[in-house]
Amino acid sequence: MIPDDLLYTSSHEWVRLSDQDALIGITDFAQCQLGDITFIELPSTGDTVTQGHEMGSIESVKAASELNSPVSGTVLEVNAELDGAPEKINQDPYGAGWMIRVRLSESPKGLLSPEEYKPLAECSE
Amino acid sequence: MQKTPLHAWHTAHQGKMVPFAGWEMPVQYASGILAEHEQTRNRAALFDICHMGEFLVSGADAEAALGRIVTHNLAKLRQGMAGYGFLLNAQGGILDDLILYRLQPDQFLLVVNASRIAHDRDWIRGLLPSSVTLEDVSEQTAKIDLQGPLALETLNRVLPDTWHEMPFFSFRRTRFQGTDILVSRTGYTGELGYEIYLPTSSALAFWEACLEDEHVRPAGLGARDTLRLEMGLPLYGQDLDEHHTPAEAGYTSLLSSPASYVGKEHQLRVRERLVPLLIPGRRSVRHGDAVVSVAGDLVGRVTSGSFAPSLGQAVALAYIDDQHTEIPEFVVKTGRAELAAQRTTLPFYTQGTARIKV
Repeated sequence: MIPDDLLYTSSHEWVRLSDQDALIGITDFAQCQLGDITFIELPSTGDTVTQGHEMGSIESVKAASELNSPVSGTVLEVNAELDGAPEKINQDPYGAGWMIRVRLSESPKGLLSPEEYKPLAECSE
Repeated sequence: MQKTPLHAWHTAHQGKMVPFAGWEMPVQYASGILAEHEQTRNRAALFDICHMGEFLVSGADAEAALGRIVTHNLAKLRQGMAGYGFLLNAQGGILDDLILYRLQPDQFLLVVNASRIAHDRDWIRGLLPSSVTLEDVSEQTAKIDLQGPLALETLNRVLPDTWHEMPFFSFRRTRFQGTDILVSRTGYTGELGYEIYLPTSSALAFWEACLEDEHVRPAGLGARDTLRLEMGLPLYGQDLDEHHTPAEAGYTSLLSSPASYVGKEHQLRVRERLVPLLIPGRRSVRHGDAVVSVAGDLVGRVTSGSFAPSLGQAVALAYIDDQHTEIPEFVVKTGRAELAAQRTTLPFYTQGTARIKV
């Protein structure tokens, strides 16, 4: 499941660009690899994030990993629902499982098109 | 990598296969660990445990001979009952934890961890007199765990006889499709449940027969791990190892055998104690994380840690220096965060149905 109106990173984040903003989450492949997500740590509104740098972390029953920001800018909004219900990321990674909205400080470079991302995301399930 | 007789069933039913103790085992199915955990707590789940090892120890002197090898009090273990205990090294360290079934006055079934089969077989054979034999029946024996409050209903439907009024840790022999099998009221989840030992050739038929009930679903090793940790049941290689005694692991009350078994002189040595910790919040600590005092001194290590689905928060077991075990508050350093941890008592999850009267 790779929506064709999003851009991607090789570390399995997705980005929805609109004007000056970017909505960010992790891909269906990423949530599938992690399994049931039990904890998420995200930046706060007003924080600065930098493309390719760690912006938070995510844990499942069996694994823990860092989240990298696919863009640079200032965090405008954080999906507060994920704190108590991180399973939304498993259930709806491109919708209710969105993570943060960022006001871009520069245009992101090197994001992958759906066609470029697809070979990186062959999920076994 | 070894495969159980249910391997093809797992892969055909979206089992996510992972290596475990030399075996390729399902860690979860498409439903996921949390759903499989909840299924076991509230209905019933089936677990493929064929990787574990089974030995038959037989001979006129089997009780006396085994009594010098394991911590179980065999004089008190009646035919038809099973008991939990340990194999110790000469220093009192735990070489394995095992369940021992008294099949006959002079015949016992030993059930050992998959990772320890070869070790335990050699260790026990090396200590048995020639009049007592150990037969490793692991390869021809399948083991399926049926666990959960509705497990009894399924057992009553799939097998002859009624399975009510079976005490915790008792077992019976019965027949399934013309084959002799053994069923014990035991398990590793904290729920009412049974462990079924049967020939590998019957495993798939039994598995599928149980799944005809809508309230039974398969569950993988991932849920097995969260279920056992919520009960504070130890996992060999993480919470138990040859560097720790039964007393350090919290099992002093189990050490009632009057026999002179290997390691007995040192079994009560305590340098550290396995301490249950509650971690407020959903963030987990993991095996190997450092436990420090509030003052910042290293006092122990996490042996098992996970989000506990039935509690909605993280829990852990950790070996803590004996002089610090009375401290109520610790800090666990996860590498990403420093998390407050509170000493608590076991089990973490107190609503389990394992011992209910049925």
